[in-house]
Amino acid sequence: MNLGLDSYLGQREPARGVFSLRRWHLDWPLLLSLLVLTGSGLLILYSATGESWDMMGRQLTRLAIAYLVMIAVAQIPPQTLLHWAPWVFAAGIVLLAAVPIFGDVGKGARRWLDLGLFRFQPSEMMKIVVPMMVAWYLSAKPMPPRPHHVLVALVLTALPMGLIVIQPDLGTALLIGAAGVFVILLTGISWRYLAGFTVFVAAAAPLAWFYFMHDYQRQRVLTFLNPESDPLGAGYHIIQSKIAIGSGGVWGKGWLNGTQSQLDFLPERSTDFIFSVFAEEFGLVGVIVLFVLYLLVILRGLYIASQAQDCFTRLLAGSLTLTFFVYLFVNVGMVSGLLPVVGIPLPLVSYGGTSMVTLMAGFGILMSIHTHRRLITH
Amino acid sequence: MEHLELKDPQREQRLFTRRLIVAVVAVFLLMGALVARMVYLQVFNYDHYATLSQNNRVAILPLPPTRGLIYDREGRVLAENIPSFTLEIVPEKVPDLEDTLQRLGRLVRLTEEDLKRFHKRLRRNSAFKAVPLRFRLSEQEVARVEARRYQFPGVQVSSELVRHYPYGALAVHAIGYVGQINEAELAKLDASNYKGTRRIGKTGIERYYEALLHGTVGLRRVETNAQGRIIRTLERIPPIPGRHIYLSLDARVQAAAEAALGERRGSVVALDPRNGEVLAIASRPGYDPNPFVTGIDGKTYRQLASSPDRPLFDRALRGRYPPGSTIKPLIGLAGLEFGIVAPAHRLYCPGWYMLKNDDHRYRDWKKTGHGPTDLNKAIRESCDVYFYDLALNLGIDRISSYLGQFGLGRPTGIDLHGEAGGLLPSRAWKRRVKRQPWYPGETVITGIGQGFNLTTPLQLAVATGVLATYGLRFQPQLARAFRDPTSDHLLYIEPQLTTIVPVVEKSHWDYVIRAMREVVHHRHGTAHNIEQGVSYTIAGKTGTAQVFSIAQDAEYNEEEVAEHLRDHALFVAFAPLENPRVVVAVVVENGGSGGTTAAPIARAILDSVLLGDRP
Repeated sequence: MNLGLDSYLGQREPARGVFSLRRWHLDWPLLLSLLVLTGSGLLILYSATGESWDMMGRQLTRLAIAYLVMIAVAQIPPQTLLHWAPWVFAAGIVLLAAVPIFGDVGKGARRWLDLGLFRFQPSEMMKIVVPMMVAWYLSAKPMPPRPHHVLVALVLTALPMGLIVIQPDLGTALLIGAAGVFVILLTGISWRYLAGFTVFVAAAAPLAWFYFMHDYQRQRVLTFLNPESDPLGAGYHIIQSKIAIGSGGVWGKGWLNGTQSQLDFLPERSTDFIFSVFAEEFGLVGVIVLFVLYLLVILRGLYIASQAQDCFTRLLAGSLTLTFFVYLFVNVGMVSGLLPVVGIPLPLVSYGGTSMVTLMAGFGILMSIHTHRRLITH
Repeated sequence: MEHLELKDPQREQRLFTRRLIVAVVAVFLLMGALVARMVYLQVFNYDHYATLSQNNRVAILPLPPTRGLIYDREGRVLAENIPSFTLEIVPEKVPDLEDTLQRLGRLVRLTEEDLKRFHKRLRRNSAFKAVPLRFRLSEQEVARVEARRYQFPGVQVSSELVRHYPYGALAVHAIGYVGQINEAELAKLDASNYKGTRRIGKTGIERYYEALLHGTVGLRRVETNAQGRIIRTLERIPPIPGRHIYLSLDARVQAAAEAALGERRGSVVALDPRNGEVLAIASRPGYDPNPFVTGIDGKTYRQLASSPDRPLFDRALRGRYPPGSTIKPLIGLAGLEFGIVAPAHRLYCPGWYMLKNDDHRYRDWKKTGHGPTDLNKAIRESCDVYFYDLALNLGIDRISSYLGQFGLGRPTGIDLHGEAGGLLPSRAWKRRVKRQPWYPGETVITGIGQGFNLTTPLQLAVATGVLATYGLRFQPQLARAFRDPTSDHLLYIEPQLTTIVPVVEKSHWDYVIRAMREVVHHRHGTAHNIEQGVSYTIAGKTGTAQVFSIAQDAEYNEEEVAEHLRDHALFVAFAPLENPRVVVAVVVENGGSGGTTAAPIARAILDSVLLGDRP
């Protein structure tokens, strides 16, 4: 994975020209993987939007912004992030609390804050802030953390999660919960706690079903369990998506030739269901190539985590990378009928800006962690 | 900044690395699960989903064939297809629906009912599909809308071919009509061939030759999107239009026949005895078939169906009448051929006839009697007593077998559905149906065409044709030729010779035909009244049948009952005698005497066939 740059860096001080990746705190294996992945994403988006250059233009703009954000974040030393963590977290909680009061409604959920110049989704930034906060808290404690430390970490995770669930935005809440839990797991807590936690979640699920879930969320779970029960309503999405994927076969129907997507049978085909378009047009072979691209990003992220020099950066890098994987897994699982439909886009490919920027900011943090290491010889 | 309470960096690093390894393993396992899911969907269930995907996008639209036309023997169009215009609205193209409807209302008559139905359909329709607003626009209305088309975006006039019968009620029972396909028909027909076809032949030729007239459906395979909007046509198989049918019917003769019948209830059949071609086949009263095509309203239909004159009933094909004296030439011929009587045989007619050991008097229509009578006179003047005696001597067995050869008592096999068989009584029939033996008295009245005898006008014409051709019985045919509209190839239908009645002695046939000639051309003939001004020779026979009225309802008032109890008037004839080209059978219900009522009608038809339009 590490193709020699680090060992090369370890030997002598490199020349740091304007075009040097090192100078800009960028990690080239990660950057290359991301470029290939987002490039493939644009390719399939072109097909999924019905060859709309209009939408392509907007997506390209978003990508450019996202890459700029990534580069900007990469310049911030991890120590600074550590200092900021509690304050940003506090600000995030305040903004989340403000959403139900001042927020704009979109698609039946109140998620957006209008800050005059642009609309802003506080829940999005929490995807980075929550693991930062939990890592900040736990990295100061001895490892593995004591039960009461774990409890505090869980509360730090659950508080923003709860605020997001009531928006309601189950998908984001899930990702934030995953990010917090990953930090806790990576600290090396005993598997016994994990088992206990799993039992707790299993017990809490019926409670959530009856007291906290919205009708549409319950409907989604029911539909997931039996999509044919409602073939023209909620089950339609998943049935059409499975038809798209299945009819792609091994080699796919060819780029721009997916009938399910081109003829509107597939709903939300440029956003949540874009993977189905990809699977229909490029087949199993294309899907495996795509999975390999994602794996490259994920493995590079975990490698960066393994090379991180302190507890905070290690936990943060690990959590961000694994959360990225959860994105992928939940999206693909949902469009292929393995998981219920929760609104999670295919990371870096789905049309839409907010999650793209957050994800790239996360990769900026990974790059920062990797390139701000002090040159210590072991 | 540094959180240093009992931290052991080495141990923490090891712990973290171990967890990281677990994470990598978990990532690979879950990725494996996703790949497995993809393999399951894309490899193992590929066929299933590929089929679903194909069904999703490809729709097959039927292209209904154009129905074949029906012509008469001279090429006059009896059934055609004319465009019917429908005003439609494509909702997604209309900027302001209410305004559009209001402005359209000024150009085209729109009733509350029209608007109500339109709104109902609108709710069920996709925005890009045309919703019908008004059916059957007049040509003026079409012109008014078309001229202002630019003011009405999203408004269109569509046309559909609808069956039309330009002659209206003329030969309606023979031609028939088409109407909406009902459920019983739907269950029987080839559903795929009728996709896109809304109407089917219900009666007459339209029904009998439905398969030929209809043609073969074509199709358009189109790619549609999820809403059903057509994206493009993938394949087009044009429909094969139905075949045109040329009838042997002559609309001019038919019109003459119907005009001659006039307002009377009755029927006329004119055939060419040389080949069975039907020149005219009329049943009066008739009705206009055109309202049936687009759906007749209930009130009009009930009026037709419940009328005591039974206009929907095809008398020519299904009316069962006692043949009366029109049967006498055949009985006479049987007498000669079986050697029961010789031409010179004479019988004294006192005006009545009596069987041995029975005091019942069988009356002659002429109370004073005909005096000494031979067969020629018996036919010419329609002496009943002569035939009472002859029938008794022939016996019912020989009568029914001989008359059966002339086609009485069973359907003629004309190319129309629903033909009645009539009734030719026999010993076996009576035992089977009535469970009674045959009585000699029944043979007696069979000799003058009364009793159990029932024939249709068509059967009478066919039987008379056998006489005219010295034994050739052809199956009557309405269709004469089919024309394939694509190749224009004409296919003629061969005449169907069903039976040849054996001729024992040609002179017997000559004798009977000569006697029939005298019915018209002898001053004592029962139809002498029609000889006036005739330029050809006619052989005919009058008949007067006691009433078994086909429409006997108890509710008639006395005057009507009296009218309905009057005898049916019959007449059969063929001409010209030397080379018969036309045979006619006429039945006028409750018409009184055959000579005065039915014979002039037959004369009008013979004139029409043999003299053309000359007066």
